[in-house]
Amino acid sequence: MELLSHLALGFDAALSWNNVFYCFVGVTLGTLVGVLPGLGPVATIAMLLPVTYGLTPAAALIMLAGIYYGAQYGGSTTAILVNLPGESSSVVTCIDGHAMAKKGRAGAALGIAAIGSFFAGTVATLVVAAAATPLAAFALKFGPAEYFSLMVLGLVAAVVLAQGDIVKAIAMTLLGLLLGMVGTDVNSGEERFTFGLPQLADGIDFVVISMGIFGIGEIIANLEHDQKRDVTVAKVGSVLPTRDDYRQAWKPVLRGSGLGAVLGVLPGGGAMLSSFAAYMIEKRLAKDSSRFGKGAIEGVAAPESANNAGAQTSFIPLLVMGLPSNAVMALMIGAMMIHGIVPGPQVMTERPELFWGVIASMWVGNLLLLLLNLPLVGMWVKLLSVPYRILYPAILLFCCIGAFSVNNSLFDLLLTVAFGLLGYLFIKLRCEPAPLLLGFVLGPMMEENLRRAMLLSRGDASVFFTRPLSLTLLLIALALIVVMTLPRLRATREVAFAED
Amino acid sequence: MKIRILNRQDALAGGLFVLFGLAGAHIASSYPIGTTMRMGAGYFPLVLGGILVLLGLVVGLRSLRLQVAANEAHEVAEALGRGAAGLRRLAGLRPALFVGAGVLAFALLAPHQGLVLATVALTLLSGYAHQEVRIRELLGLSAALAFFGSAVFAYGLGLPLPVLPA
Repeated sequence: MELLSHLALGFDAALSWNNVFYCFVGVTLGTLVGVLPGLGPVATIAMLLPVTYGLTPAAALIMLAGIYYGAQYGGSTTAILVNLPGESSSVVTCIDGHAMAKKGRAGAALGIAAIGSFFAGTVATLVVAAAATPLAAFALKFGPAEYFSLMVLGLVAAVVLAQGDIVKAIAMTLLGLLLGMVGTDVNSGEERFTFGLPQLADGIDFVVISMGIFGIGEIIANLEHDQKRDVTVAKVGSVLPTRDDYRQAWKPVLRGSGLGAVLGVLPGGGAMLSSFAAYMIEKRLAKDSSRFGKGAIEGVAAPESANNAGAQTSFIPLLVMGLPSNAVMALMIGAMMIHGIVPGPQVMTERPELFWGVIASMWVGNLLLLLLNLPLVGMWVKLLSVPYRILYPAILLFCCIGAFSVNNSLFDLLLTVAFGLLGYLFIKLRCEPAPLLLGFVLGPMMEENLRRAMLLSRGDASVFFTRPLSLTLLLIALALIVVMTLPRLRATREVAFAED
Repeated sequence: MKIRILNRQDALAGGLFVLFGLAGAHIASSYPIGTTMRMGAGYFPLVLGGILVLLGLVVGLRSLRLQVAANEAHEVAEALGRGAAGLRRLAGLRPALFVGAGVLAFALLAPHQGLVLATVALTLLSGYAHQEVRIRELLGLSAALAFFGSAVFAYGLGLPLPVLPA
């Protein structure tokens, strides 16, 4: 029972007072940003990265992870009570969740969302723990050629599964890769794209990029439309679902958890994709699909379970191979590097207490979230009455101080403004900014592995196609592109994302 | 026959990508390129820049369509519509302008004039980005944020920024 001993090690680490405290801080903040529309986990994690300098690596990762899956809990509260998605991953929860609230069953919807999420979180914790060891052993067989191909697949999949135009998303990825080249080239010592500025010699700090684009850029975009948020909050009532609710919801919770756990692992997957897919499947499986949209409890239970499971299993590629599958995971890589941990399969063997501690903390965090969200739901609802015009200057202040404090540099702050305006421009031009961040984080790693692979093969590019593992990865990437550019599938994909 | 831009957003985005790609490739070509076996500092960025230019062209060209010119009255009406849209777009720049100005003011004020003044400037300026400006509320908010920011970041977390003008 290797799994049990690993989990025991993990819980030992996760249950230290210090780590429980930061886990609590993380999930509380996560619920907070989840409840508030217009503030997401990406911007929050970027803002808090500089704050984690003083923490132990385990506490830092536990807290930041808690923000991401905590946001999945909070997002459902807003979706159900106000009919606004607090997070993009709770868009579908609005449909039936708010319909339930209108019927006076808001409490039951909130209850089933939280209980389903907790169940899904438990399943996902076990999945992450069980999958970690075999996957890490597999990843150790990877050479530079395989790593390069895997990153290509990751970037392609992230683009294909994301929303919006595929060509523009690929272009954004390339722009991100190019931005990742700024700074001193590790191989030759040559300074690239620094324009002679010493502040750029170490490259652009990714806190600057993420806070600019996802913090400032999004605030500007938010301010442009929807300035009056009329918040009419539905009455909550009892948060305990009835026996009938449980009978109807237990299967969707199971299916949602399973689906989310699988889809979360995919590059580009994670919480949002999982919730959409789970809702579609429930609607298709239902005997009477006309109930959907009118307050079917399955339409809350399944996507809410799925988004939480997906949020957690998206940590698998990060923890096991050091590859980020979405923008939040890209930030987590940054957090690991801040603390001197090189992400990759060796983390599990070199820092087992950290690795298993982070995994075990997810279950602890889910337990805390259940307590935070069910009895205290009224407190979060009150937060919704804070208008955005009060909120965004405060967020801007945090962004400014955060960007400055990375290197205590004024230059970084100015660069953040520049990226904020650039990010706003991209949002206006309907270019999804998340692939840019992913490309930016992967850029240096990709170049390094490409160079190593080519050096080992003496300049023969066929190495990527003759090594079977590398070939398989590239073929999957190619298949994804081909499939997605087929007109018929493209149409279904557009329908799938049309609700966002 | 004339060429019409059907999707302005895509035309702009494509142009932007081409611009970034060209700049990237141009700058990269001044670094040692090396060989495929021993890649120099310029190799990878040059390739990236090249692909980005191509993708930018795809995005940009997709937005153009050849179209038989429609009757003139229609075109005049359309041009007028575009003018009005342009004005509206200019007003739409208000959030970007005020948020940008606020952060800029913070950056310029914080190192010497201190956190308090910088925070007040940031709050007041960025507050005007919202359609609904309530000056008393903003003043109160700026005071609260200045107090909170100085207490937590300067005194609590030891951020190396002065609180008051030196």
